[in-house]
This record gives sequence, C-alpha cells and structure tokens, in this order.
Amino acid sequence: MTVQLDLVDPAPLTGEPGRRRDLHLGRRGGLSLVTTYLSLVVLLPLAAVVWRSQSHGWGQFWHAVHSPEAWAAIKLTLGASVIVALVNLVMGTLIAWVLVRDTFPGKAALDTVIDLPFALPTIVAGLVLLSLYGSDSALGVNLAYARSGVLLALLFVTLPFVVRTVQPVLLELDRDMEDAAASLGASRLTIFRRIILPNLVPAMLGGTALAFARSISEYGSTVLISGNLPFKTEVASVSIYNQIQSDNVSGAAAVSTLLLAVSLLVLLLVNLAQRWVGHRG
Amino acid sequence: MAKHSLRWVALVYVLLLLLLPLGLVTWRTFEHGLSPVFDALTTQEAGHAFQVTAIVALLSVLCNTVFGVGASILLVRHDFPGRRLLNAAIDLPIAVSPVVVGLALILVYGRFEPIGGWLHRQGFDVIYALPGMVLATVFVSLPLVVRAVAPVLEEIGTDQEQAARTLGASSWQTFRRITFPAIRAAVGYGVVLSLARSIGEFGAVAVVSGHIVGSTQTATLFVEERFENFDQPAAYAASFTLAMTAVIALLLTRYLRLRGDRT
Repeated sequence: MTVQLDLVDPAPLTGEPGRRRDLHLGRRGGLSLVTTYLSLVVLLPLAAVVWRSQSHGWGQFWHAVHSPEAWAAIKLTLGASVIVALVNLVMGTLIAWVLVRDTFPGKAALDTVIDLPFALPTIVAGLVLLSLYGSDSALGVNLAYARSGVLLALLFVTLPFVVRTVQPVLLELDRDMEDAAASLGASRLTIFRRIILPNLVPAMLGGTALAFARSISEYGSTVLISGNLPFKTEVASVSIYNQIQSDNVSGAAAVSTLLLAVSLLVLLLVNLAQRWVGHRG
Repeated sequence: MAKHSLRWVALVYVLLLLLLPLGLVTWRTFEHGLSPVFDALTTQEAGHAFQVTAIVALLSVLCNTVFGVGASILLVRHDFPGRRLLNAAIDLPIAVSPVVVGLALILVYGRFEPIGGWLHRQGFDVIYALPGMVLATVFVSLPLVVRAVAPVLEEIGTDQEQAARTLGASSWQTFRRITFPAIRAAVGYGVVLSLARSIGEFGAVAVVSGHIVGSTQTATLFVEERFENFDQPAAYAASFTLAMTAVIALLLTRYLRLRGDRT
C-alpha cells in the first residue's frame, strides 16, 4: 500500500489529434464540477485558515505563534521532525537496499509489512507502541510521557516513506556500471559512493521530505504515548487542538498556517532540488 | 558479512518498531480469552461507533471515487488552462495536519459567517454532525483514487478510445465499455486505500465531531475514549478490529497491484 505523492508535474500531454478538439459541454461541466468539489472541501477551508490567522494583522499572528506554550510545541515538533527525517533517510535507504539486493526467507513478508503504518489507524499505532514502550513495558523501557515517546511514534508512522521512494529506483538501477567499476578495481564503498548513491539521492530526498512533512503534521499517534504535557511532550498539532477546544480559533489558525507554510516550503524546496540534481545528472 | 549485518539492522529495526508492538497488542487483546473481546465489541456504544465509522467511510469513499475517476480523466485526457495547478492542488491534503483539516472545516462550515452561519439558520448543521465528519474524511483521503487511477490512464493511451469514438460510440459508451474496464483494477486499488484511510481517520474527525458518545463517536474515537477511561479491554478489542481491517486492506492492495501489473 503506497501513498504516492506526485511531486513531479503531470506528464506533458502528447499531441494526439482530437485532444483539444472536444471543447464541448460535458468536459466543461466536468471541469467545473471537479474544481467546485476541490474548492468546497479543500481550498476554501484552507484559505479560511490562512485568512483567519491574518485577520488581526501580523503582530497578532506572531503573538499567537510566539505564545510560550505554542512556541514550545512548535520547537519540539520541528526538532523531532528533523531527527525523524534523518533517521528515516538512513534506515529507509538501508531497508530499501536490503529489500532489493538481499535475499532471505521472509523477505516478501517484510516487504508487505513495511506498508502497515500507512494502513494502521494512527490512534491504534499509538496504542500499539504504548503496549511495548509504555508504563508496563515488557522490555522495561518506559517512554510514555517522554519526548523519546514522541520520536518513537513519529518514526512508526513515517517508516514507509523513504523505503517506498528509494526501492523502485534501486530496482531500476542498471548493475552493469557497478560491475564495470568493480572490474576496474573500485572498492565496494567507492562503488556505493560514486555510482549507487548519486542515482538514489533524488529519491532519498523526496522520501525524507515526505517523512518530514508527515512528521510535523502528525497528531493521532502521539496523543496516547506523549500524554500531551505542555512545554514537554505537546506537539504542534496537539497545541492547535487544545486551542480549538478552548475557543482560541485565531491562535489555532496562526499555528496551523505556520505548519502549512513549513510543509509546503519543504516539499517545494525538495522538488526544486530534485530537478536540479536531475538536470545535472 | 556486510550484507548480513545490514539485513539484521533492517530486521531488528522493523521488529522493534512494528512487529513486536503489534504482536503484543494482539496478545493483550486475547489475554483472557475470546469472550471478553466479544463482550467489549458488542456493547451498544461500540456497535454504534463502528456503525458511524462504516457510514462515514462509505459515503466518503463514494464521493472520492466519483471525483477521483472524473478528475483523473480530466487531468490525463484533456488540456485546459490551470491543469498543472489543479494537479498540484489535489495533492495538498497530504501535506496538511488532520487537526488543521478539522479547524479549516470549522472555520467555513461551523457557525461562522457567511457560509456556516447561513447553513445553521437553514437548520443544517455540518460541524459536530455527520456531514462534517464526512467532509473531514473526504478531505484527508481525496488524493488517493486520483493517484491510483491517473498513471494507469496515462499508460493505456487513447488508441482504443479513439477507435470506439470513430466507430460511433458516445462518450459514455466509450467510458463504460473501453476506459472503465482498463482502469478497473486501479480504481479498486484506490478504493481500498481510501477505505483504509477513511476508517482509520482520527484527528480531523476528532475536531469536527465534538466527541458525542453514542452519536458522533467513530471507532477510532471510541478507542481513545475507552483508553482514557481506563477501559483497556474495550480499547484493545476495538484496536485489534481496526488493525485487522488495515491488514486485510493491505493484502487486498497487494493483490490488486499484482493484478494491475498483469493486465
């Protein structure tokens, strides 16, 4: 089960005859229906959040974002997400490598299991982690109500992203080049660094960015394990939730807008970086 | 040797993060046998929560499937100004926190002017009621069908569709007889993905539902509420049921992807 975020533009239309021909009613109707649906469900509500966050001016926006509790939550979220993204970058690439280049009994099962975090409800993910890493942990590790518990929850829900972006690229990789390099006396490390890695970098970056974006917006999996302690384990989404509950809608909108801006910026930057690497290659 | 150590690192990571916790939840659920699980799941509250989840998930998937197929055809088969913008906008929900989704819907359809206030005066409440929960679920699962169907539509090309049109088929006939059979597996894949996502949605629904037990409480909200009230058996039983649904969905998507690859 893969969630493919199409960071790349749609393929350019190939100019077959008849495509531009039918400017008839059905297509126009279809287009306006699709746009209306998207606007009513997604665009208008998101615009309302941004508008609401700005409705009392920039000063109020910064005031809301900078309020001690919200600011602590934002810092925790961004910091944890950077760590989670880096761990995923390494572990995700490693798992993808093992899935493509290694053979062992149970590999197919491992390949299937990787997608579980996408399929599992986030609240269930939190409960599941709490059963092993909670107060009555069988391992004797209690991460409940601690920042490491938040990290664990974020690592759980972001596991598939890098694996699933790197794996297909690794599968397509032509092994002739590696064989050639090996025959010319390159060490395994040199082969990995000079030949394999450059081909994987765009996919690794893309997957890591997705993991980061998911991580800063995560809510459900952190709720049970973090205990939502203000200034300690409260993540940004929980802070927004609490502000909504206490009717501070403008404050909630300000933090939301910041989160939205950060995720979109990261996805955009990575998209540009991928293109740049692609052009250079 | 190096190869093997990588393998073990990967296996241990997945084991500790994913498999052991899941195994433990299963074990905890059935620790005292089957009957407590059965009892916990057959209370009126639990039954109602799963029923609400089913209604919300089915309605959202229905909406998103119709939208997804339509939007895919538009994006792949037609050219129009703003096509790339539409394509990008469809992916937006992936980058949005579920709580922000909830807030966004409250700001438009809650009792704020102009839209929500007007709807309320007409006696139609969206927030803290079923329509809001469907909207929230539609929002979070919106890209899934499009992203499953569009690439397949791209791949099959237009030769057969054009042939059908040349032979005098109407656009509806062409869709029903040519296009749809070719994208059926992809639509199925997208539907299963959306169903799993819809059944599992928590944050967005938590914000717009108002947590009214026995009314707007879904299965995932039930898990949280039971856990917070120290009724762990019920929380575990409901979690296990949801996890099983997720596993079935996962296996189904595997099967559908294999089938899609073959055709």
